[in-house]
Amino acid sequence: MHGDQTVRKIMWGVVIALIPAMLVSFWYFGIGALLLTAVAVLTCLVVEFLIQKFLLKEPNSISDGSAVITGILLALNVPSNLPVWMMVVGSIVAIGVAKMTFGGLGKNPFNPALVGRVFMLISFPVNMTSWPTPLVNRTVLVDALTGPTSLGIVKEGLAKGDSMSDIMAQLPSYAEMLLGNMGGSLGEVSAIALILGGLFMLIRKIITWHIPVTFLGTVFLFTGVSYLIDPTKYIDPVFHLLAGGLMLGAIFMATDMVTSPMTKSGMVVFGIGCGLLTVIIRVWGAYPEGVSFAILIMNALVPLINKGFKPKKFGEVVKNG
Amino acid sequence: MKTFKIGGVHPEENKISAGVAIKNLSLPKTAVIPLSQSLGAPSVPIVNKGDKVLTGQLIAQGNSFISSNIHSPVSGTVSKIDDMMDASGYRRKAIIIDVEGDDWVDAIDRSPEIKQEIVLNKEEIVACIKNAGIVGLGGATFPTHVKLMVPEGKKAEYLIINAVECEPYLTSDHRIMLEKGEEVMIGIKILMKALAVDSAYVGIENNKPDAIEHLSKLAEKYSGIKVVALKVKYPQGGEKQLIKALINREVPSGKLPIEVGCVVQNVGTAFAVYEAVQKNKPLIERVVTVTGKAVANPSNFIVRIGTPVSALLEAAGGIPDDTGKVINGGPMMGKAVNSTEIPVVKGMSGLVLMPEKEAKRMKVSNCIRCAKCVSACPMGLAPYLIAQTAEIGQEEMAESLRVLDCIECGSCSFTCPSGRPLLENIRMAKNKVGQIIRSRAK
Repeated sequence: MHGDQTVRKIMWGVVIALIPAMLVSFWYFGIGALLLTAVAVLTCLVVEFLIQKFLLKEPNSISDGSAVITGILLALNVPSNLPVWMMVVGSIVAIGVAKMTFGGLGKNPFNPALVGRVFMLISFPVNMTSWPTPLVNRTVLVDALTGPTSLGIVKEGLAKGDSMSDIMAQLPSYAEMLLGNMGGSLGEVSAIALILGGLFMLIRKIITWHIPVTFLGTVFLFTGVSYLIDPTKYIDPVFHLLAGGLMLGAIFMATDMVTSPMTKSGMVVFGIGCGLLTVIIRVWGAYPEGVSFAILIMNALVPLINKGFKPKKFGEVVKNG
Repeated sequence: MKTFKIGGVHPEENKISAGVAIKNLSLPKTAVIPLSQSLGAPSVPIVNKGDKVLTGQLIAQGNSFISSNIHSPVSGTVSKIDDMMDASGYRRKAIIIDVEGDDWVDAIDRSPEIKQEIVLNKEEIVACIKNAGIVGLGGATFPTHVKLMVPEGKKAEYLIINAVECEPYLTSDHRIMLEKGEEVMIGIKILMKALAVDSAYVGIENNKPDAIEHLSKLAEKYSGIKVVALKVKYPQGGEKQLIKALINREVPSGKLPIEVGCVVQNVGTAFAVYEAVQKNKPLIERVVTVTGKAVANPSNFIVRIGTPVSALLEAAGGIPDDTGKVINGGPMMGKAVNSTEIPVVKGMSGLVLMPEKEAKRMKVSNCIRCAKCVSACPMGLAPYLIAQTAEIGQEEMAESLRVLDCIECGSCSFTCPSGRPLLENIRMAKNKVGQIIRSRAK
């Protein structure tokens, strides 16, 4: 007898969970966002289809929804004025290199969307880090007004030696950050939309709380402690939670079942590791944002974590009450 | 509410036949009595072709330590002793009897009167149970008397009565509790006396509130018996899970329940023990649930061993058109039968008719490492990994992953979104590891 969970249901469930974030991105960034999302999803599907048909010669699995997720996540990870051809290249790398070379769904060690994103970030650093201001020129495709992300403001400000209060004055308010009214990638903007999707996945039992909570919790604690030590050098933890790709990463990317650990204890370790690395990169690294790299590094450690954190076996406890 | 801690799943319960009273099924024309009806060595026939037998007469003996007696469930003439297909799908030795009337052995008390007083002593009880050919009626068919002989150096503290019936669909234990509650209680007292324990726990899942209430009320009259309601979770009927749920002790890996002072018996077995000890009646019939979503009259039958399965299906309204599989046992651990002419045996608790759509296997796709099997495994194993080691033939690795701890409950396969045959592969690994261990011992 079989339960009612299928890969298809899980994957399309994730797609549904991503809808609020997509809608918010369309609202703030207009047709640019819409176009990029469509291109990314389409490219992912086509690349997967072609590889399965001509290289692997196996029945295609594009309808399982996993390539759609990769496409959406990839689009949510770029600025809305990214040239379309770059989006296409990123999608090809994500599916072609990071997923299909390993044998397709379930076999890839790294999150495909993150690999695609980091590839684009390194290949097209300028385009990947010029952020259109939300709500402005929603109907124009390219070259809208651009501005830095809030994390970028902090990093640059600190590098220039500005005082923290000056920096704070340039930052969006927390309410704006919650709703998504700030510069950033398509999906880095609205924390509420992302949390909504996360709750949906929790209820549908697609994810468990372990990774997002430990990931976010670690970032909060770590940045909280440094803030308490020296509030003139470090920005407060709430800002860290709401800024950049943390919510998107913690809820949708780190929880990717394929590339995260198999046990609850392993997931906790994985989440804490992601959190620590994110803060280290954000605060002391060269990049203003560290979520992608943190998750990818932790992806690489998953086999080790699985080895070290086995399920608690029945009958192993000798103590009996 | 109590339950076990690690893993578990909650399949749809579908206890369709729970409200249907137990009915007697008429005698078959011929009875086919397989000689392998319990774990251990097959029984050895003591009748020959042409012999007249009475209902309840001993016809085959268990001669090894783990084996059991078999009695004729009908009266008539032994027509042959031959290989016949049984529920395993293999052709194995069976005694075939042409039924003539229904003449019982005189010594069997067939009156409906309930006998409370337990006159036999400990040793006599065990001997009586052995003679009556009683085996575990939950499905595992381990000879009951063997479980009652506590090994040297071990001490039984608790008798655990398994009345969980955690398999979806099955309701035979549920009906026995409702209709034969008094007898079950006396059966439990007999088992307690045989084990010299003062305390017995009856574990019932709370999807059977009427049974919990009924037995709790009866238990007031019987000292030492405690009825405990358990949260519904599969596989709570696994003995290790049940002990954990009831008294919070964990049977160590590779050990038996007696290691933690427990002996587990099924509630149906307790009823059979009552009949054997108080009424001198051997195990010649049992309650079998016949059910399924499309079955016309889902039923609980009391049926003689050796009756063809087809007769039960007929009595329940026939096989619905879209039936894909007839499952012997529950849908989680049961196995599909490949003929409806196989006979009812001691270990057959139910027949579940699964519609074609539900009986079909899912298309198998890649493991997506979702870890649902890891969370579902009640033994805390990593099913995906063990199954993988089986696929690539790494039995040593499977052994170190504790494949032998697997209780084959099927929670992993149930929960797998990729439809992977996890349990099948794990069983394969289990077999091979068992062989390897045996060859090491040589």
